[in-house]
Amino acid sequence: MQRCEMVSVGAGPAGLAAAIEAARSGVQVVVYDENDRPGGQLFKQIHKFFGSKEHRAQERGFDIGRQLLEEARQLGVEVSLNSVVLGIYENRAMNVMIRDRIEQVKAQKILVATGASENMIPFAGWTLPGVIGAGAAQTLANIHGIRPGNRLLMVGSGNVGLVVAYQMLQAGCRVAAVIDAAPKIGGYGVHAAKVARYGVPFLMSHTVKEAHGMDRVQGATIIQVDEKWKAISGTEKEMDVDTICLAVGLNPMTQLLQMSGCKMVYVPNLGGRVPAHDLNQETTLPGIYVAGDVSGIEEASTAIIEGRIAGLSIAQSLGYLEEQAFLEQREQQLQSMRGLRSGSHGEARGKAKDYLNAVMKG
Amino acid sequence: MRIDEHPILGKFEKERKVQFTFDGQPMEGYEGEPIAVALRSHGVMVHRYTTKRNDPRGVFCAIGRCTDCIMVVDGVPNVRTCVEPLREGMVVQTQVGKGPEKTSE
Amino acid sequence: MSQGLSVTGYLSEEEIKNSPGIPSESRRQKGPVAVIECIQDIPCNPCEASCRAGAITVGEDITNLPSLDEEKCVGCQTCVPICPGQAIFMVDESLPNGRATVMMPYEFLPLPDEGEIVTALDRSGKKLGDAKVTSVRKTERMDETAVVTIEIPKEWSMRARAFRLKR
Repeated sequence: MQRCEMVSVGAGPAGLAAAIEAARSGVQVVVYDENDRPGGQLFKQIHKFFGSKEHRAQERGFDIGRQLLEEARQLGVEVSLNSVVLGIYENRAMNVMIRDRIEQVKAQKILVATGASENMIPFAGWTLPGVIGAGAAQTLANIHGIRPGNRLLMVGSGNVGLVVAYQMLQAGCRVAAVIDAAPKIGGYGVHAAKVARYGVPFLMSHTVKEAHGMDRVQGATIIQVDEKWKAISGTEKEMDVDTICLAVGLNPMTQLLQMSGCKMVYVPNLGGRVPAHDLNQETTLPGIYVAGDVSGIEEASTAIIEGRIAGLSIAQSLGYLEEQAFLEQREQQLQSMRGLRSGSHGEARGKAKDYLNAVMKG
Repeated sequence: MRIDEHPILGKFEKERKVQFTFDGQPMEGYEGEPIAVALRSHGVMVHRYTTKRNDPRGVFCAIGRCTDCIMVVDGVPNVRTCVEPLREGMVVQTQVGKGPEKTSE
Repeated sequence: MSQGLSVTGYLSEEEIKNSPGIPSESRRQKGPVAVIECIQDIPCNPCEASCRAGAITVGEDITNLPSLDEEKCVGCQTCVPICPGQAIFMVDESLPNGRATVMMPYEFLPLPDEGEIVTALDRSGKKLGDAKVTSVRKTERMDETAVVTIEIPKEWSMRARAFRLKR
């Protein structure tokens, strides 16, 4: 049985930011990540972030990822890769599968920062090779240096769909169109504009009807939908594509939390079932904290701030950080967060998060 | 399909070139990269055929979670080729259904 | 309701006219000036932080749209590669013979060569016609965002926002 002061489940931006903040105050931290490389989705983000200087605006995701890792290393944070936390049991005991062996770990504080997984929309032919998730397109192009295909249809116009469409252009693919069943583009206008100016058409109120091909995608049929998202027959259009990329939303990966028994709430505009948590990022189970997309789909910048708050509050509750200093630093982070959860895109998320905090009390 | 030089990321760091076979065909890839990437660079998109309907499947999530990309590697079925690193001399085969039966030693 | 940015993916004439980041024609004719095509209240302010002439204002609430003080803008080009949304351009309508230049951020390979003829595109990617590349700059400070200047007929100065190589 290995004993730790703090375990971060997930070495993405939230998990690393929390580990750094806690380690800075002297907490002994172990970070477990199931992948063979750390950083979560950060290393696939090759665009410059928005926000202000404190939010690391202008920096590209992968640069931020490198810095977080370096900082964690310097602070003596142990990052254990290929390590799957199989379950969180009573009194914060965990079973961790590290490659082929199982280790029993007990932590005083656990931060669950497992991020989110991609949604999918099934349609005829969707199992054909050539239909991939947006994350897959990023992984292939930005991590492995290979184009997913030559001519791509992007399904979904949220920020993921828009950003990945642009990244596909940068990788040398042609993007036949960005479609969305909704009447309006879901992501930021500037992300769409970067793609539109290179001639990529945006077809709102359209969805995929079918993917065609013998043993791989060789074409797709898209179809218009009405305001109830019902297909309008006779509006089929043929698209000459060899790759169909699904960017249809993210779903928080909350299995460990649901298993642990903390209170979960269904909040559609945060992506689904999410854990209730307070301003310290602590759930209804004392000692279990959450940060990043697992507690609601937002952005890397908010994941980092939530991670920092969780790290600070873990440090304080373990006695490594004085109450006053903790409150001051937490307030700084909360202020910074408010900036990001404002404006017509951020407001709704801010309100949803307030709701999660409120649920804790009742 | 391989990106020669990326406008943001530059050139991709790869290890040495290694030889492997896919369904008996000799192929080349970079040591340590996912088998699926080496296959895709040769235009191979079908990794397996499903048991009941014989449907072609290939890479979907590319991070080792969905298992659509599994193949028989060095005689072992159900290998997630999107995360399994390529090694010199690997024998990669299209998996049909559940793959080869386990033989007792 | 006219189709705008959130339906087509590109700004409509109306949206551009109403934007606080667009300089007047008379200012554009005096020399190079920033054109900030940012119309959504995303929390973001690197443009304001980067402008040494104090010509760009976002303010304390970083969801405010950036507004341009065209008299203060000296056309130094700093903001063009800085904007994470690649929404800032620099336009110069002071050239003789009915020509103008547009400087834009560019994150693709291959980079064009100075003097190369390319095809200018409007915001929707529609072909406008031939343009000459007059400058290509990429410094470390720009962090992989190159800035390319193309020379075009003056009539396209507020339409040309991208280009395609002919090769």
